Amino acid sequence: MKEKLNAIKEQAIAQIEAVGAQSAQALDKLNDIRVNYLGKKGELTALLKGMKDVAPEERPKVGQMVNDVRAEIEQVLDKATEKMKRAALAGRLSAEKIDVTLPAKMNVIGHRHPNMIALEEVERIFTGMGYEVVEGPEIEKDYYNFEALNIPADHPAKDEQDTFYITGDILLRTQTSGTQVHELEKGRLPIRMLAPGRVFRSDEVDATHSPCFHQIEGLVVDRDITFADLKGTLAEFARELFGEATKVKFRPHHFPFTEPSAEMDVTCFKCGGSGCRFCKGSGWIEILGCGMVHPHVLEMSGVDPEEYTGFAFGVGLERIALLKYEIDDMRLLYENDIRFLKQF
Amino acid sequence: MNTALSWIKAYVPDLECTAQEYCDRMTLSGTKVEGYTALDKNLEKIVVGEIRKIEKHPDADKLIVCQVDIGGQILQIVTGAPNVKEGDKVPVVLDGGKVAGGHDGGPLPEEGIKIKAGRLRGVESAGMMCSIEELGSSRDMYPDAPESGIYILPADAVPGEDAVALLGMRDTVFEYEITSNRVDCYSVLGIAREAAATFDKPFLPPVVKVVENGENVNDYVSVEVEDADLCSRYCARVCTNIKIGPSPEWMQRRLAASGIRPINNLVDVTNYVMEEYGQPMHAFDLDTVAGHKIIVRRAKDGEEFQTLDGQMRKLDKDILMICDAEKEIGIAGIMGGENSKITDKVKTVLFEAAVFNGPNIRKSAKRLGLRTDASGKFEKGLDPANAREAIDRACQLIQELGCGEVVGGTVDVCQTLAPLRVLPFEPDKYNKLLGTRISEEQMLSIFEKLDIRVLRNGDQIQLEIPSFRQDLVGRADLAEEVARFYGYDKIPVTLPASSSTMGKLSFKLRVEQKARDIAEYCGFSQGMSYSFESPKVFDKLLLAQDDKAREAIAISNPLGEDFSIMRTLPLNGMLVSLSNNYNRRNKDVRLYELENVYIPKSLPLTELPDERMQFTLGFYGNGDFYTLKGVVEEFLESLGMKERKVYDPEAGRPFLHPGRQAAILYQGQQLGYLGEVHPLVCENYSIGTRAYVAVLDMPAVLPFATFDRKYEGIARYPAVTRDISMIVPKEVLAGDIESVIVQRGGRLLESYSLFDVYEGSQIKEGCRSLAYTISFRAMDRTLEESDVAGAMKKIVNGLEQLGAQLRDK
Repeated sequence: MKEKLNAIKEQAIAQIEAVGAQSAQALDKLNDIRVNYLGKKGELTALLKGMKDVAPEERPKVGQMVNDVRAEIEQVLDKATEKMKRAALAGRLSAEKIDVTLPAKMNVIGHRHPNMIALEEVERIFTGMGYEVVEGPEIEKDYYNFEALNIPADHPAKDEQDTFYITGDILLRTQTSGTQVHELEKGRLPIRMLAPGRVFRSDEVDATHSPCFHQIEGLVVDRDITFADLKGTLAEFARELFGEATKVKFRPHHFPFTEPSAEMDVTCFKCGGSGCRFCKGSGWIEILGCGMVHPHVLEMSGVDPEEYTGFAFGVGLERIALLKYEIDDMRLLYENDIRFLKQF
Repeated sequence: MNTALSWIKAYVPDLECTAQEYCDRMTLSGTKVEGYTALDKNLEKIVVGEIRKIEKHPDADKLIVCQVDIGGQILQIVTGAPNVKEGDKVPVVLDGGKVAGGHDGGPLPEEGIKIKAGRLRGVESAGMMCSIEELGSSRDMYPDAPESGIYILPADAVPGEDAVALLGMRDTVFEYEITSNRVDCYSVLGIAREAAATFDKPFLPPVVKVVENGENVNDYVSVEVEDADLCSRYCARVCTNIKIGPSPEWMQRRLAASGIRPINNLVDVTNYVMEEYGQPMHAFDLDTVAGHKIIVRRAKDGEEFQTLDGQMRKLDKDILMICDAEKEIGIAGIMGGENSKITDKVKTVLFEAAVFNGPNIRKSAKRLGLRTDASGKFEKGLDPANAREAIDRACQLIQELGCGEVVGGTVDVCQTLAPLRVLPFEPDKYNKLLGTRISEEQMLSIFEKLDIRVLRNGDQIQLEIPSFRQDLVGRADLAEEVARFYGYDKIPVTLPASSSTMGKLSFKLRVEQKARDIAEYCGFSQGMSYSFESPKVFDKLLLAQDDKAREAIAISNPLGEDFSIMRTLPLNGMLVSLSNNYNRRNKDVRLYELENVYIPKSLPLTELPDERMQFTLGFYGNGDFYTLKGVVEEFLESLGMKERKVYDPEAGRPFLHPGRQAAILYQGQQLGYLGEVHPLVCENYSIGTRAYVAVLDMPAVLPFATFDRKYEGIARYPAVTRDISMIVPKEVLAGDIESVIVQRGGRLLESYSLFDVYEGSQIKEGCRSLAYTISFRAMDRTLEESDVAGAMKKIVNGLEQLGAQLRDK
């Protein structure tokens, strides 16, 4: 009996080992072997069925022997099967190799206008500092565009700005500064306001001019607002927008609706301030106009300048976009060539 | 405004600084320097030479060989210049030196031109004699230079000395950008005062003293100002025995550096004083002034007048004129008349220094199309106190330069001058506004440097503002003066104290942000276009003559017809953009815009119009009507608009394909429209393919939009679905069928979807086959067959009423 079992075992193992690893039907063959030896009609099962011929006292021993052989064959079989499966997977993986350098399948996603990207960046910075983004009308009353900003009739600044008029009293706003007045008139203090918008000036179209462009107006009015606050806020803005290393410089200037007034330069972000072609050798780039809100402007809109002070600033959006993205011709912003827009 | 540094230094003698330092510090104290030019740029190794001997060149007819004494050394120099003779003193550039330009006076090369010793036609030449053009200037600035040839220096020039210095070119010209509030800085004295304060050096203006001849001006001339509203002061003085000749070299150089061409002593003096004091002057030949009387009055409508440039000018009643007893002799503040112009034969001169109304001069100059140096100054509004000193200064110069004698006295017709403004000194308030702690003493010293008088009355301090600083009106103005000279850069950097405001976008802006996001997810890129366009656009868009959209707001002073009306439709911008792309052969272009149209409430405008934000999508290439419809639905869904959107094919938009357009409705409200662009419109815009547009009127969308979301649960029980297939006449729209399903599907109806549309040979002519899957579900139980049978029956009945013929499954 023992010999018989051993013979079966060796025969089975020999058959298992004979199964070629590379053969496509290898797993099937192993399965056949499993059935032949261990299946219901397999040889070992047949042996167990033949137990009735074995003496009862011998039966546990023989049973044990059969089970041992069975376990041994199963183990070899499992091992071989596992090996075959792994080989088959390896084969599949190697057959499925692709050329990862073939072109990507792109999802078609649209692009934001560079003006908009710049605006959203500015909005992000100022909303983070507690500013509310508001809007004002593009077609505006003379009062809001000029008079309430300390630019009375006959003021030379009215000519300087080459205004488009609709009627004597209604015009296309030349600056977003009128939104300051609207906000002040609401009478809700304190104010931290950011007002982006479209403005118009009678300039012929060329590489640096457009009759239609955008500004972003900022206004802060509260008790105890100082020129130092103005400097700190705008320096922070410049660092956020142009990078940590950016330095700012404030130069005295004149705007009818602020006093004291200033223009702010930032260190050239191309050369870092050492001077290059981009900044015309000066190391600085003019970025915005600003100042403390003129007391008369506060007064005209019903805010007591003895109690409240504030600062205001105005940034040209196109100027930011052109500088930041190194666009060399303003006309590109209004042609909407998809090859241009896709670069942002 | 351009001024030589040497002129500034004439009044601030202690000023010592490099050009760059001057530029930086003046800019930081508020007198912005735009740039500067060294007059001696690229002029190297140029000395005075005396021509000792001139011989003909042996091999060239047009060349001569000169022996030139350059101070103890004789150089041989060959030249082709026709104008030199023995004994002339000339500028000579030595071997290895540089000149600024070529002899043709063309644009100056950045690096100049290097000069080396060499041979000309075989004869050695050790340097070059220079023309004024080679020295980087022109005959305009050096009127004594010959038309072509070498510049001849004065006879007393010393050979070997620096010729560049002798020519007044060791100087730097600064260009200033003066802000409109600083009228006083449109003058050399104004800038010099700022420079003195900036560098903390004494300011020494000229001492004006006139030596008079004992006659009385009232015997020469009388002045009457009829329209005093336009002329607040008119000063007149007379000079006799005028001898016209060139003005001195220093005066010519200063004028030339300011960009003013030297003419003769008389004209140069008026220009010089205009630059120095910022007060324009005019000189009349008194012998041409009828009745020796000056009358200042308005012109009459339609009159014509010949200005001294020879042009006839059309006048009107708002233009102020200078007249004599019989006729007009000049346009006040703008230009003199041909009839009283100074000639070389002039014997007696009448000087005018007046102050005219700034805005009036500005408008008159604009209407006449004649802006002059003088009008440019008057229009800013001059200080009446300045006129008297300026006219005295002019007379002083006439007398000092030997140009004539000064008749005693001044005719001065002047409105009462306003008293000087006195403001309180409020150091704490200045510091509070600036965020600084500047001492009182420092503030007062700044004010004094600016000629603001400090008036002390016991403990009380007041500030008396000089008449030339009309811009200093209140506390903020004085704080700015303190800040400017304390230094903007020294003011601390702080942030406003803690905020009680919240940073946010308005709901409208958030919805617009969502529109951009959705458009971009769907492959559309953002474009921007002008708000104004041509009225011809309406024809290009095939609008009927009485279409409401033609009622557009017109700009009264547009930049030409193409930019003359405010758009009432967003289509033109989009179609132009698509056309630009199409004609540049860009494939599959998808664009969107979010911009306003301007709808007048009435025309002509009496109140502000409606500015309506339009979300406009347009594309050509891959896709069709339904692609765009998909974007519209994605957008509306993203705004929480879950109800069924209705598409009405009767949109009535003439610029869209009549069979491929729809109005978009939501809860009965029209939100916009979409469709294929009419082929004729495509043709008008040179778009050679099918294009599609959608327009959503954002103010109509906004009331339905919400960003609030509520969890509705996930169904735990299975749905029951039914497929129905039907043949319907083509007039029955899918929308009609869906209305029936929605209205009759009952509470359990979950969704429906079209899965097949077929028309063709197996289907009856004029009909098509549509197939829908309809799905029912309950949130709380598994549905039974019987639950949906009723609803299905109602739906089928409704469809049959529409004319549908249900097909067997």
